[in-house]
Amino acid sequence: MAASMRLLVRQLARLSHRKVTSTVSGVSCRSACCWRTSSGRCFSDAAEDRSTHFGFETVSEAEKAKRVYKVFENVAQKYDVMNDAMSLGIHRLWKDVLLHVMHPQPGARLLDVAGGTGDIAVRFLDYVRYQLERQKRRDTPSGQGSSWQDISDDRRRESSAVVCDINKEMLKMGKQKADRMGVVSGLSWVVGDAEELPFDDDQFDIYTIAFGIRNVTRMDQALQEALRVLKPGGRFMCLEFSKVTNPVLARLYDAYSFQVIPVLGEVIAGDWKSYQYLVESIRKFPNQQEFKGMMEDAGFYCVQHHDLTGGVVALHSGFKL
Amino acid sequence: MSTLCVHRLHTGRADRTFSHYDGLYPGHIITTPFQKALLAVGSGVVALQDPYRHDMVAVLGETTGHLVLINLRDRMRNDPEGYTVLTERPKIRLSTLDLEKMASLPDGSFGREYLRFLEDNEVTPDSRAEVKFVDDEELAYVMLRYREVHDLMHTLLGMPTNMLGEVAVKWFEAAQTGLPMCALGALLGPLRLNTRRLQSLFTSLGPWALQNGWQARCVLSIFYERRWDQSLEELRRELKIQPPPVDFTKRRKNGR
Repeated sequence: MAASMRLLVRQLARLSHRKVTSTVSGVSCRSACCWRTSSGRCFSDAAEDRSTHFGFETVSEAEKAKRVYKVFENVAQKYDVMNDAMSLGIHRLWKDVLLHVMHPQPGARLLDVAGGTGDIAVRFLDYVRYQLERQKRRDTPSGQGSSWQDISDDRRRESSAVVCDINKEMLKMGKQKADRMGVVSGLSWVVGDAEELPFDDDQFDIYTIAFGIRNVTRMDQALQEALRVLKPGGRFMCLEFSKVTNPVLARLYDAYSFQVIPVLGEVIAGDWKSYQYLVESIRKFPNQQEFKGMMEDAGFYCVQHHDLTGGVVALHSGFKL
Repeated sequence: MSTLCVHRLHTGRADRTFSHYDGLYPGHIITTPFQKALLAVGSGVVALQDPYRHDMVAVLGETTGHLVLINLRDRMRNDPEGYTVLTERPKIRLSTLDLEKMASLPDGSFGREYLRFLEDNEVTPDSRAEVKFVDDEELAYVMLRYREVHDLMHTLLGMPTNMLGEVAVKWFEAAQTGLPMCALGALLGPLRLNTRRLQSLFTSLGPWALQNGWQARCVLSIFYERRWDQSLEELRRELKIQPPPVDFTKRRKNGR
């Protein structure tokens, strides 16, 4: 009884909040470009007073956003190389798992927030294209060409992926990489803030945020925005570094994180401090259960989480119903 | 600027295990011995692959040079002029140099020749990496001074900033200071030279650099900032440095 009352209250709160935010975002911008307008940023003065964490340090919220921006501006060039070095290439497997769990179908629209260098979006497009080709091969017996019906079906089932990131340097690197790989159609690159997305309500089938949400200053706001831009029935998926439960693995992981990763940052990217921030920010992120609670508070249903690599990474998933 | 804002919020926090803002001096990053070892290996590998990663050469020097830095600091203390350098802590920066005055000095003076070196090789004294991994404030200054004096060594030795010139200066510095990073650079640098330059190194430049390195006065003990108007020849004689066997000034600079 209490649980259903809680759900009802949450739903009401969500509905009223949605009215407010959709009015605000309707006023601010509908184009692909997102600049903070005065109407949408009435909280900016309060942000100077509220404090949050930047790694193990305490800073004001406004300060955190600036410092995080600087970190990613500095690391953008060597971002992919460092990911491979730090995770010994395992980050590719984590992202592959995300896609397999997602199992997107042709025609799906993806929004990849904090998408940076575009790893998820590119994988998504490859996945749906592969699915489409499999379907076509199954449906069309060999020897026959595609009919008029097939071609119009294809148009309707054309998937698209939008990569949204607050950092222009990261988007630049991502676009260059995608161009090099020849992945161009169906992919767009948008500058935007996860706490205030430049998109209308009910736009996307899938919202992903991979290794980005811990850098967002107000995670609750980012979750609410995610809920807003998803279509009803849409899925929210989050990959993030989380808590390792096994004590032996945890000790090894901590030692590796604090002893080796900043050194790798210094040697490969010439930047110790950014990678020190990275390992500290991982420790400040809520654990699997806490983040599940945050998602439920924002209004997501059927929230689940899977641990990868012993809890080093957690995959959280929830639906907008 | 943002680092300054952090400090204001942050004073009084001395108890953090991973204090990465201001250890003993601005830019100091506290590291465990394991991290220093890892840094030494990593920076060595990268510096070898890409000698133009000056930050890696710097890190290699800092993580391997502790004992030698102590030795250098003691030599400076025992020299009256060196002691003055240690107490007054001069820094060679564009902001502290009076470039106009130096340009007006006569040819052949130390200051004029140093300026000529900076212009010819298109370098500035501000491009030195800051010291990060030395865990003693005075030794960090000695390291910084060594880096700043490196360009002056080029002038004093008459060496250009191409690979051959750099290796020659490294041989001199290795003989002078004994810093492992210099020795390593001296040993491995020649691997990147072509045969003609290798020949020049081993037959004339190398032995000259080593000889001068051993017999010269400690180059870190000189208060260079007060000697701009001194004649280069006279300064060389005072430091017991012989002029180079090959004159590079007339040749076209190959650029970095």
